[in-house]
Amino acid sequence: MTILADKHTKVIVQGITGREGRFQTRLMVDYGTQVVGGVRAGKGGEWVEGVPVFDTVSLAVEATGANCSIIYVPGVGATDAMYEAIDANVPLIVCITDPVPVMDMMKIKEYLKQKPEIRLIGPNCPGLLTPGQAKIGIIPGYVATPGNVGIVSKSGTLTYEVINALTEAGMGQSTCVGIGGDPVPGTNFIEVLEMFENDPQTEKVVLIGEIGGRAEIDAAEWIKRHMTKPVASFIAGRSAPPGTRMGHAGAIVEGGEGSAEDKMNALRAAGVRVADNPEEIPGLLK
Amino acid sequence: MNLHEHQTKAIFQRFGIPAPMGKVATTSDQAYEIAKELGGVVVVKAQVLAGGRGKAGGVKVAKSPEEAREAAGKILGMKIKDLTVHNVLVDPGASITKEVYLGITNDRSSGKPVLICSYEGGVEIEEVAKTHPELVIKEPIHPIMGLHPYQVMNVASRANIPREYWQEFGDIALKLWQVFLQNDAVLAEINPLVITGENKLIALDGKMGLDDNALQRHTDLADLRDLTAEDESETQAREAGISYVKLNGQIGCMVNGAGLAMTTMDMTKLYGGDEVGPANFLDIGGGAKADRVAAALRIILSDPNVKAVLFNIFGGITRGDEVARGLLQAYEEVKPNVPLIIRLVGTNAKEGREIIETAQLPNVITASTLTEAAQKAVQAAKGAM
Repeated sequence: MTILADKHTKVIVQGITGREGRFQTRLMVDYGTQVVGGVRAGKGGEWVEGVPVFDTVSLAVEATGANCSIIYVPGVGATDAMYEAIDANVPLIVCITDPVPVMDMMKIKEYLKQKPEIRLIGPNCPGLLTPGQAKIGIIPGYVATPGNVGIVSKSGTLTYEVINALTEAGMGQSTCVGIGGDPVPGTNFIEVLEMFENDPQTEKVVLIGEIGGRAEIDAAEWIKRHMTKPVASFIAGRSAPPGTRMGHAGAIVEGGEGSAEDKMNALRAAGVRVADNPEEIPGLLK
Repeated sequence: MNLHEHQTKAIFQRFGIPAPMGKVATTSDQAYEIAKELGGVVVVKAQVLAGGRGKAGGVKVAKSPEEAREAAGKILGMKIKDLTVHNVLVDPGASITKEVYLGITNDRSSGKPVLICSYEGGVEIEEVAKTHPELVIKEPIHPIMGLHPYQVMNVASRANIPREYWQEFGDIALKLWQVFLQNDAVLAEINPLVITGENKLIALDGKMGLDDNALQRHTDLADLRDLTAEDESETQAREAGISYVKLNGQIGCMVNGAGLAMTTMDMTKLYGGDEVGPANFLDIGGGAKADRVAAALRIILSDPNVKAVLFNIFGGITRGDEVARGLLQAYEEVKPNVPLIIRLVGTNAKEGREIIETAQLPNVITASTLTEAAQKAVQAAKGAM
């Protein structure tokens, strides 16, 4: 077993006719992902990379039985694309698009509370990769290999770096999940950690974080209480100068600045093995 | 993107929040003229995008136009937290009997905006929040339903605001929510919201931060950006769609993705120790094409401290061949005289590496791992110093 996606996941691509949508559809199809359809209003009936295009998400789901949608729709259209997928009751929605306004995400998260069966990953994320089975997003497939390490990350390219290091050390991955670095993500660290904790295939977990916010500190507290599987971590941004914070509201609501050191200390205190260099992670999991 | 006090207060006024009607001066003579026009006591306030202006001597009370000219003369050109003061706001003076804090920001953990209020407002509000958290009231706002009037009354009551001000306070708080919502703000803060000697509430000082992700639907607000508050190279970068922050080290970094860009900086610092470190943060963004790569290289090399440039591109949505073509184009235009350490991995990286190798550029060093790339960049930078 893996989490979120496997070879049976049927995927539709929202924004399939755009430059990125088209290119990434080819890579997902080449990887072996079951891409069963695409969506672009006004282009229904066309074909892209051997995939039929529909005018709406509902029509695509009805015709193909898709249970996952990936969104490449650029700009402000991404918000509308997420609502369309939610209203069509697609159980797994992955939004790659960056930027999405934070107010839109807060509204979408609130809207999703009425539909707890729907999971949204992203936005501003690289998506999911279950090695050897499904690539739903932009994580380069060939760097990964099947195995028992689960990865959850705020970052995109830094995740590829870690997957690559694990593969080269002979350690395969169960599922790689990019949750994105936005202030209000569809899915957070803790939700994915819980999935890995409950997934029989996943034996070890890597958490990749960065400066800002307190998601890593909340994750550390959860790990301390609930996680039985070993966790290794890397936090990016130790050399970043502290930002100038305007006003006082942020400090009142969030407390500290969310520095890399604070996060690394919280993770260490929860028993997580914290790396100085992402290429050290395989060694910390041995 | 942050707004200056005068920009924030202009927005407040547009939404019906009472705020002093001052004017901005760029010279001390202008400050004199504005003070004369306003008459009476004025306050001359440095307009910089940083907190602690008062404590740094950037806010002065002037009892006459002559004093306003003198105060502006002292404040204009001064540095507050490394930022030069180019403008002062000359505001009419106000009699203050009480300073209240009122702000709205997003709480990432709950995924909701939150209204914050304290009857003990002023510059020490963060200290109050630490030592007397019970005096700082936080009320979550439903992202879809918005802020209800009853919630505001609830806050007024819990914050112990005297009842005679509740109506005015409620009106201002609801308007502040509209300011926050309609401008896609991440911060809208009135501190202090003062009770004047005439028993009126006015927003004496205001701060706003806007959501950069939402500026695409607020072009009017995007025009408020203060270009003097950022480095010229940072402006060029933003216009080219690149996020760039200038730092003080010697190794220019060109990376795709913010997390990997920070990690690349961290690695140059890890291996460079106290001697060499990152010259910048630079994320060329997802799906970067050739011209953007060329722009990024020009921006990095415009910093004279740069002794080596480290390219670390791990392609996902960014394609290695396009980065390589951009690099060749930039190389032709810029003719860099510092070593370039290049690491290309990921989508179309093989094609990208072939393009680089075929071109046989002098001064180019290739690397396959992040550690190797960082170590070679540190070595090259040290060799050039």
